[in-house]
Amino acid sequence: MSAEPQTDTVDMMLNMGPQHPATHGVFRMVLSIDGERIMGVRPHIGYLHRGSEKLSEHESYGQVITLFDRLDYVSNLNNELVFVRAAEELMGVEAPERAQYIRTILCELNRVASHLLFIGTYALDVGAMTPVMYTFRERERVQNLFEHVTGARMMHNYFRIGGLKEDVPGDFAERVLSVVRRLRAGVEETDRLLTFNEVYLARTRGVGVINAEDAISCGLTGPCLRGSGVAYDVRKAYPYEVYERLEFDVPVGEFGDCWDRYWVRLRECYESLRMVEQALEQTPEGPVMAPGRRIARPPKGEVYAHAENPRGDIGVFLVSDGTDKPYRVKVRPPSFCNLVGLERMMEGAYVADAVAILGSLDIVLGEVDR
Amino acid sequence: MISGLLGLLTTLRWLFRKPVTAHYPKQHLPVQERYMGFPALLWDETAAEPFCTGCMVCVRECPTQCMSAQMHDNPKFASGESHRRKIIETFEINLNRCILCGICVDVCAFDAIEMSYEHELSSFSRTGARADLGLLLELGERYTETTQWAATNPEKNVASAALAKRAAAAAKTPPGEAEGKA
Repeated sequence: MSAEPQTDTVDMMLNMGPQHPATHGVFRMVLSIDGERIMGVRPHIGYLHRGSEKLSEHESYGQVITLFDRLDYVSNLNNELVFVRAAEELMGVEAPERAQYIRTILCELNRVASHLLFIGTYALDVGAMTPVMYTFRERERVQNLFEHVTGARMMHNYFRIGGLKEDVPGDFAERVLSVVRRLRAGVEETDRLLTFNEVYLARTRGVGVINAEDAISCGLTGPCLRGSGVAYDVRKAYPYEVYERLEFDVPVGEFGDCWDRYWVRLRECYESLRMVEQALEQTPEGPVMAPGRRIARPPKGEVYAHAENPRGDIGVFLVSDGTDKPYRVKVRPPSFCNLVGLERMMEGAYVADAVAILGSLDIVLGEVDR
Repeated sequence: MISGLLGLLTTLRWLFRKPVTAHYPKQHLPVQERYMGFPALLWDETAAEPFCTGCMVCVRECPTQCMSAQMHDNPKFASGESHRRKIIETFEINLNRCILCGICVDVCAFDAIEMSYEHELSSFSRTGARADLGLLLELGERYTETTQWAATNPEKNVASAALAKRAAAAAKTPPGEAEGKA
């Protein structure tokens, strides 16, 4: 009587990335898979680490703004804003009302541009080739407007501690309105094309589900949290700039799956465009820079400022030792914190859905690795 | 089914519209008025010398330390052709390091540096991106021509205007007082 051959089953390790088109950068996931099911995932980050936080300690406050441009490189102005606001709070300076309105308008347009990029590339991730062409075309309108206003398409360096670099050009209002009008048409078109497309629904509905409780305990913020039905938005919860005076809704999802996260971002595009129109109407005339010294030298102290970036709640902890260079700059990057939820979303999913789930988080590696 | 047809309809509609894509090397899209290309140095025609005095403010404020500059005594100051005591001798910008942030333009008090519209300066050599004074002035000349650039503070920075202002101020002051001060 011979013994039965003993076969041990072990999970297979599958390496995805760092060079993978669906990771939107250099990001590596080590999946442990059992057949077609993902049993666990370990994200490996750091391939794009540039030491921005450490570099900030050697740059003056004005120069740090250029580093913040490069954190989340598809929503540059939102990042500039959070650092500028942190420094302003530390110095006790407040930007003139006009500057605050213009900042809000530009940030919201930037949010639309960022979400358009997400919608296009996410559709590409799950197999739809066309939407990316349409969304990039629309996004280009925003980039052109930014070039017109700030002089650069992406790395603007436009916000200053206490205001703006310079006032907007004379035809700003009409150009913004025309961009908003076209963007709305563009977003609607993408909406019609993609949102209820059957294949798209099949790829995203019920995939990568994370419930509200888990989403909160994982520290998710932004559309990833709102996709799970938690209506937390820094713009509503802790209003900054002029968001208090603008009327907007916080769209939330229902089930916390990939489609809900997409849906939240799509609705946010409409809300942002609404906000831009309102802000444009209310923009007063006046200076765009608070009076005071050009060189920022905040008093000793520390401050934590946060704001709603297209990816979530971005925070900056800024420590000043009274010199013209920050003593410490700590960034709480939303993409990085949202990655915590990745494992919860992926457990039990199919390998084929790994790309769809990762894509729905909308990470930007520049921000994850800093 | 319906969504698929709608998608096809949209695609079909766009099929007959003008493309928005520009075929880059053959076709160039115009840059916007405020476009920030590589920095360039400007030329003061009234004194036939650069605006730059080599004060090093931009060199110190540059976040990537891509610039270096040296100044020397301006011979034209002694001869009364210019109001600049010091003038730039060498100036180099490593355009590979430059991040086009525009901080140098912000901090310059002499209207000497400006972000030009240049954005195509690829070269074959390793040191090809090191722009020296001559090249920077050339870029500045091109920029001046295309934009009709004028100094924002001519009384302080343009040689002819600054000299005229000084002469007027000297004429106003009674001679005795001026001597007494000296």
